[in-house]
Amino acid sequence: MMKPLLVLGAVVGTLSCGAVLAQQVVNKPAPPKKAVTKQEAAKSTKDATTAEFEKFREVLEADSPAELFEAKGEDIWKNKRGPDGGSMAQCDLGLGAGVVRGAYVQMPRYFADADKVMDAERRVVHCMTRYLGYQEADIRKQPFSNEQNTPDHVSVVTYVASQSRGMAVAVPQKHPREREAYELGKAVFAYRAGPYDFSCETCHGDDGKRIRMQQLPNLAKKEDAMKSFQGWPGYRMTGGFMLTQQWRMNDCFRQQRFPEPKYLSDAVTTLLTYLTVNANGNVYKGPGVKR
Amino acid sequence: MNNIIKTSMLLSAALLLPQPAQADKDYRSEAIAMLKRDFQPRGIASVDRLDEDGLQAVCNRSANNPPKEVAQRLEQDQMAAVKLPADGKLLGDWKSGERIAQSGRGFTWTDKPGLPVGGNCYNCHQISPAETSFGTLGPSLFHFGKLRGNGPDMQKYVYTKIYNAKAHNLCSAMPRFGHVGALNEAQIKDLVALLLDLNSPVNK
Ligand code: HEC
Ligand code: HEC
Repeated sequence: MMKPLLVLGAVVGTLSCGAVLAQQVVNKPAPPKKAVTKQEAAKSTKDATTAEFEKFREVLEADSPAELFEAKGEDIWKNKRGPDGGSMAQCDLGLGAGVVRGAYVQMPRYFADADKVMDAERRVVHCMTRYLGYQEADIRKQPFSNEQNTPDHVSVVTYVASQSRGMAVAVPQKHPREREAYELGKAVFAYRAGPYDFSCETCHGDDGKRIRMQQLPNLAKKEDAMKSFQGWPGYRMTGGFMLTQQWRMNDCFRQQRFPEPKYLSDAVTTLLTYLTVNANGNVYKGPGVKR
Repeated sequence: MNNIIKTSMLLSAALLLPQPAQADKDYRSEAIAMLKRDFQPRGIASVDRLDEDGLQAVCNRSANNPPKEVAQRLEQDQMAAVKLPADGKLLGDWKSGERIAQSGRGFTWTDKPGLPVGGNCYNCHQISPAETSFGTLGPSLFHFGKLRGNGPDMQKYVYTKIYNAKAHNLCSAMPRFGHVGALNEAQIKDLVALLLDLNSPVNK
């Protein structure tokens, strides 16, 4: 497959600002503030969102931010750059040793060598610790990116994701463990608990709902489910770093007022299996941009 | 009613539910065991938040649609635990109510411990016309008092709805703000005023 133009690489994700259920502090000066007034935004959220992104599009297209992380990840993957100078040539992402193309859209899947269903990020970390000498404990110290740093494994996930650009999501459900992961993820999605009695489904189980101005995809439905995959990993405009699906799950559990899911745990993998299988058949446009 | 009796009532109510197919049941309990393995406490968010209370268990087991008799009984239970203000006054200050309705802060692992926390109301409801950034998980509450009246019965309905939405609708998506100690008496009164006071912008 040809290397896509930078311009096309940037998938514009859902825009959202300000007060989510739980407000977040954004330290870094963000790109231009609200381009539209609240009243305009109210008329049509979709229009407002689109309009706002149009303002950024030029900047984004001139300098596709996700591309930088793809390049860094590719470097780590190909150039024996790990602490031990090892190589990822033996890393099997599900399609054979060293095969990257098309692998991202076919995970989570069952990996016999680990006897586990693993999502892309979990598998990448598995390989980086196994073949490149990274220490899992170190990776766990900073699993997600922040203003100061996008960790190496996030760049590698971004690279791996870029190598499935333009391909249809095809997460396998052949192995019994893969089917089990789907069912467990489905149960987690619907499980209400915590001080506010929330489950994922409370916010993502109906069509066309919003929290404030943020559209809530109905993730149980095929047409909407791709929103859990499209544009991830995403470049966060309000901070200048890459965020993965693992981060998205973590932050939604926070909004759900749950305790924190352990990084790379089955709970998150099964949830991603459920969401991604629901999205099967849709074409992935590569790493994108999120608010 | 004491807690033990209440719990046993909830449990027996749960038993009245139609038993799910064997496979579903296995996945559900397996999923719960997995959650308990895979979560860690962070900040104020302790792992006991993963435990279902009786009402959550009934809603979870019935896909939020329990048999009518079960729902009614448990709604009565929830209602019995609502504490109405001792002074009998239910209308507070709508201006303060507006501020509480705006705030979405509270109870996440990045929030500080302690009260007061916000009401999250605009996350799910349209309320005052000036605020155009509102969610749609719940119905619009614009003109609520104007349309529904603001007499004693309506005041009591709104107070108890905010205190415990599940006392009126067992598996509602709306949190039980008073029941879980998120909003206190004064805050709930202010919110009742926001919705019912005829001087509130909601009713203009
Ligand atoms: C209290 C409401 C709430 C709950 C509960 C919740 N979410 Fe979300 N979720 C949101 C909001 C609001 C957004 C939009 C955030 C944004 O646009 O930045 C979102 C965004 C997402 C997205 C990204 C969609 C996109 O367009 O990129 C995914 C995937 C997602 N949620 C999954 C989940 C899962 C899985 C759970 C359960 C663990 C969950 N959410 C629980 C409110 C919630
Ligand atoms: C997570 C979303 C959510 C939040 C947050 C929320 N609500 Fe609700 N609310 C709902 C839903 C859904 C309904 C409709 C179903 C029901 O009646 O339980 C509702 C119903 C109501 C009703 C009854 C409406 C009627 O027509 O009788 C009132 C009053 C109300 N909410 C007030 C509030 C107030 C005040 C707050 C803030 C303290 C609030 N809600 C926060 C979701 C929410």
